[in-house]
Amino acid sequence: MNAAVTAPRSATTLDVAAIRRDFPILHQAVNGKPLVYLDNAASSQRPKSVIEAISRYYEHDHANVHRGVHTLSQRATDAYEGARETIRRFINARDTKEIVFVRGTTEAVNLVAQSFARPRFQPGDEILISALEHHANIVPWQLLREQIGAVLKVIPINEQGEVDFIEFQKLIGPRTRLLALAHVSNALGTIVPVEKFIKVARQHGVPVLLDGAQAIPHTPVDVQALGCDFYCFSSHKMLGPTGMGVLYGKRELLEAMPPWQGGGDMILSVSFEKTTFNQLPWKFEAGTPHIAGAIGLATAIDYLEKIGMDRIAAYEHELLEYATERLSQVPGLRIVGTAPDKAAVVSFMLDGIHPHDIGTILDTEGVAIRTGHHCAMPVMEFFKIPATARASMSFYNTREEIDRLVAALEHTRQVLG
Amino acid sequence: MDLKDLYRDVIVDHNRHPRNFGKLEPADVHADGHNPLCGDRLTVYANLKGEHITDVKFEGTGCAISVASASLLTEAVKGKTRSEVKELFDDVHALLTQHDASVDPARLGKLAALSGVREFPARVKCASLCWHTLNAALERAAEPVTTE
Repeated sequence: MNAAVTAPRSATTLDVAAIRRDFPILHQAVNGKPLVYLDNAASSQRPKSVIEAISRYYEHDHANVHRGVHTLSQRATDAYEGARETIRRFINARDTKEIVFVRGTTEAVNLVAQSFARPRFQPGDEILISALEHHANIVPWQLLREQIGAVLKVIPINEQGEVDFIEFQKLIGPRTRLLALAHVSNALGTIVPVEKFIKVARQHGVPVLLDGAQAIPHTPVDVQALGCDFYCFSSHKMLGPTGMGVLYGKRELLEAMPPWQGGGDMILSVSFEKTTFNQLPWKFEAGTPHIAGAIGLATAIDYLEKIGMDRIAAYEHELLEYATERLSQVPGLRIVGTAPDKAAVVSFMLDGIHPHDIGTILDTEGVAIRTGHHCAMPVMEFFKIPATARASMSFYNTREEIDRLVAALEHTRQVLG
Repeated sequence: MDLKDLYRDVIVDHNRHPRNFGKLEPADVHADGHNPLCGDRLTVYANLKGEHITDVKFEGTGCAISVASASLLTEAVKGKTRSEVKELFDDVHALLTQHDASVDPARLGKLAALSGVREFPARVKCASLCWHTLNAALERAAEPVTTE
C-alpha cells in the first residue's frame, strides 16, 4: 500500500540533501508547514552561488559594459562577455555571436517574429506552430499575422498530449516559412521529439524555432545536434535571475536580420545622416543590458554542469515516475497529458474539485503548485477543461515531497469531497 | 489562515448543491462573466418587474468559492430592487476586502459566510465575479465582463 516503501530506490546517485542545502529558500515554513516547492515550471529557485555571484558583482565589479576604459567597466565587460561564452558552451553553439541576450523566452520569440519574419515574409506565408504552445509562442505570430497578413497554422495534438507528426507532414508545404515549436510543453510536460520534426522541415527548406523554456532546465541541449535555426530560453526557469534570457540563432540568419530595437550599444557610429550598426550579437542588444542577469545565468549554468545535465534528467525522470504512480492512486485524480516521453510535470484534475481550490488548500499545507491555464489556453480548450493543477519538479525535489503532495490532496478531498 | 474560515459548511454545501442553477428562460437580462486567471465562467440571468428582481438564475463552471458565491447571490437578491442589490453588493465587497468592514451581519444573512475570503486575497475575484456579472446584466451590458 505504501508506494514510498515498495517503489524501487533511486538508481541515480544525486546527493539531494546536499543540493537542497544550496537553496536557502527551500528551508522555510509556509503556513506552519515545511515548504514543498513544486512550481518549478513557472519559475525555479536559485542556489546560493547564483545569489552570491549577483551580490558580488554589485558589491565589487559593477559599471557599464563596452564603454569605459576604467577598471570596473573592464571587469563588468569581461564578466558579461564571459557569461556569453559559458552559455555558448552549454548549448554547444558554434560562436558567441550566436548568443543574444534578451529578457526571456518571450522576448526571444518576439525578436525572431519582428526581425526575422516580418521583413521577409509575404502575405499568405505560413507559420506552423503546435496546439500545445505556450502563449509566448502563439501571440507573437498572431501580431505578425495582423502586421503582414501571414497565416498561422496549428499542428493538432492527441489525447495523450503529443504533437501529431502525421498531421504535421500534411500541414507543412510550399507556403510554410517557419516552424515554431515547443521543445517541452509547459502545461503537460510532453517532450516533443523535435529532431524528427526538424528533419522534415529541413527537407522543405523551412527554418525552425524551438521554444526551449521548459526543456533547457531539465535535459542536455545541443543546438548543433538538434539542427534548429533559433532556440529560445529563459534564465529564471534554470536557477538564474528573472528578466534574463537567450536567443540562439544561426549566425548567417542573425547577420541577415535588421536590428529590432535602436539605441546605445547596438551601434558603431551615429550621425544624423547615417548610423552604422554594431556587429553580432550586440546589434540586438540596444541599451545597457542586464549585466547581473547574464552573470547570474552563467553561474546557474556552472551549478547545473557541476551536477551534470544527464544526471539531472535521469533523477527527474525517476521523480516523475514516482509522482505519476503515487498520484494515480489518489481516488478521482486524472492526469492530463500522458505522453510516454515527459519532463517532470504532472498536470491533473481532481474529480469534482476545481484546480483553484486545490491550489489554495495545498498552500495551507505548505505545498506550492500552479493552478490555472498555464498560459496555454488552447491546450485547456483541447481537453475541454478550464484549468488544471500542475506539480512540476526539479532535481532538488524529493520523493518525500511527492508524498506530502499526495497527503495534501487527500486532505483536499476531505475538505471539499 | 484557517482553511475552515474559507471553506465554511455553507460554502461547501452551496458548491456541492448550487441553488438556482441553470438557464432562466425566458430571461429579461443576462450577462457573461469570466475570470481569465482561473478560467471561471458564469452566466447570470434575471427577470425584472419594474425595479424588482423577480427571478434570478446562474450557470457556468468555477471553483467552490465562485460557485457558492453565485448560489448565495441568487438567494439573496431575489425580490430585491436594483438599488437594494447595489447596496448589498457594496456590503459584500466591503466584507470581501476590508478587515474592519462595519457591515451589519443581519443585512448579509448567509452571505456573511464569505467573510473568510478576505484572508485569501487571491480568491477575492472568485467571490466577486458573480456580483460583477449580475451588475452587468442589470445594466443590460452587451459586453462580457471580466475581473481583469
